[in-house]
Amino acid sequence: MMGWLGPEEWSAVALSLKVALWATIWALGPGIFVAYALARWEFPGKQVVNGLVHLPLILPPVATGYLLLIGFGTQGVLGRWLAEIGIVFAFRWTGAALAAAVMAFPLLVRAVRLSIEAVDPKLEQAAGTLGASKLWVFGTVTLPLILPGVLAGAVLAFAKAMGEFGATITFVSNIPGQTRTLPSAIYSFLQVPGGEDAALRLVAVSVFVAMAALILSEVIARRVAKRVGGV
Amino acid sequence: MSLSVAVKQVTQAFALDVAFEAPRGVTVLFGASGSGKTSLVNAVAGLSRPKEARIAVEDWVLQDSKAGVWLPPHKRQLGYVFQEGRLFPHLTVRQNLAYGQWFARTRAGDISLDRVVDMLGIGALLDRRPSGLSGGEKQRVAIGRALLAKPKMILADEPLAALDEARKAEILPYFERLRDEVNIPVLYVSHSMAEVARLATTVVALEQGRVSRVGPAAEVLGDPGFTPTGVRAVGAVLEARVAQHHEDGLTELDAAGIALFLPQLAQHVGQPVRVRIAAHDVILSREEPKGLSALNIMQGHVSEVRAGAGPGAIVSVVTPAGPVLARVTRRSATALGLAEGVPVWAVVKTVSVAPQDIGGR
Repeated sequence: MMGWLGPEEWSAVALSLKVALWATIWALGPGIFVAYALARWEFPGKQVVNGLVHLPLILPPVATGYLLLIGFGTQGVLGRWLAEIGIVFAFRWTGAALAAAVMAFPLLVRAVRLSIEAVDPKLEQAAGTLGASKLWVFGTVTLPLILPGVLAGAVLAFAKAMGEFGATITFVSNIPGQTRTLPSAIYSFLQVPGGEDAALRLVAVSVFVAMAALILSEVIARRVAKRVGGV
Repeated sequence: MSLSVAVKQVTQAFALDVAFEAPRGVTVLFGASGSGKTSLVNAVAGLSRPKEARIAVEDWVLQDSKAGVWLPPHKRQLGYVFQEGRLFPHLTVRQNLAYGQWFARTRAGDISLDRVVDMLGIGALLDRRPSGLSGGEKQRVAIGRALLAKPKMILADEPLAALDEARKAEILPYFERLRDEVNIPVLYVSHSMAEVARLATTVVALEQGRVSRVGPAAEVLGDPGFTPTGVRAVGAVLEARVAQHHEDGLTELDAAGIALFLPQLAQHVGQPVRVRIAAHDVILSREEPKGLSALNIMQGHVSEVRAGAGPGAIVSVVTPAGPVLARVTRRSATALGLAEGVPVWAVVKTVSVAPQDIGGR
């Protein structure tokens, strides 16, 4: 693949994989937590939280990117404070990952929430009577049972992160080797004369990665489902 | 007293106001559906938190609302056997059994996996998953899982309700073994007279959220006025001992010197058994019956006649074998002149005693 893709194209692919991977990893923990809270807890402001989680899904990505810029840019409210402790998102690959994570978050939460709602609370109750605290119940009963849903959600989040464009380019721009992810690179190639071939190659890579991710998740989910079995 | 319960919980839909004490053994919460059995057992398990309650198993206080004590379910050290088993589908039978054992690993207790597996006959199932088990097998595993959590008491909420008659007959003996061999207190929820008759040390009868009767099983079941699930379910319990197995397929019991003949039992000679005799299976006679095919004829005298709202009456007969209840028509009761003190013979057909009416003591 190295020989087939030019160095600029290759750097975009590698960057996108890195960004998507980290975005998925960052989104996973909070995503499961929020999904659990929305599925199992009743708390004031639940609808507000639900709305906030889904906002990136319905807002124009450019708007999400701009909000991220206001929040996490060098002059941003949180960005300034985070910069003091050495965490910088603006115009770095980490910023691209953050934008991708935010955009992928609702997809992850939806998939995980659905699978948590499918877990019979009576099983969790039974685990409690056997001496398992809430945290143990989650780790030994709920989590294993929702694993297929978590995997499906993670793959969906990864695919979304790979393809994220609007929020990323607004938040961290389009700097080669730093924030020029696969979609940004395709866009850039299409802006210059003679760039169509490179763009087409990157589209092929996109298709390949997306398909590979889907098949992988299918295989893993099927294995997990077999192991988890029916009730 | 081994178990003491006092729970007051009033919601818009239901008022539960229950207080009772029970000695060690199997305490059966008995009543029709909607009488508050499950609400009560859930309060004991900590799955609900009634405002006013004191619940204790010996000196282990689970809740004392006055003292502000309420243990969450996972700290109660109880073993709950649910109606539907609730085995973990993602774990093997062995892992299911080990689940509670792991959380109880630091607590004292001498119950081992081998003993539980042996007692419940689930050795062949250990590497299987719950999805492949029959209903009866699931319940046996659920009992084992609860036992291995080294509980101070076992809770069982209608554990047989989801099983067919054959499976019920398969599981009941295991609860008898819990009572007789493991000597662990059991709080057992049921709406079946047959289960009460076989298992109960103490019966706590619930009606609309209140205790209507509490007492030893033989005493409560031998009361002709005790018809919480309808007269069809009325029947007294006799305590007996296996005297002999006859070659023609009959087992002879000795109930305080009276011989009773039942269809072949699995129990060994000398073992104690409980026999529930359904009231509608008993025929009464004023004279000593002769030339009858029935093998069990017990002489006694009437202690009480209780006429029902319909055409029937329940007659309580004291025999040397114990109290027997007979359900006859009011017309017969009048024709025979049945009244307190009148001598009668109670006749029970051997084949009318069903296997589920006979249990180990």
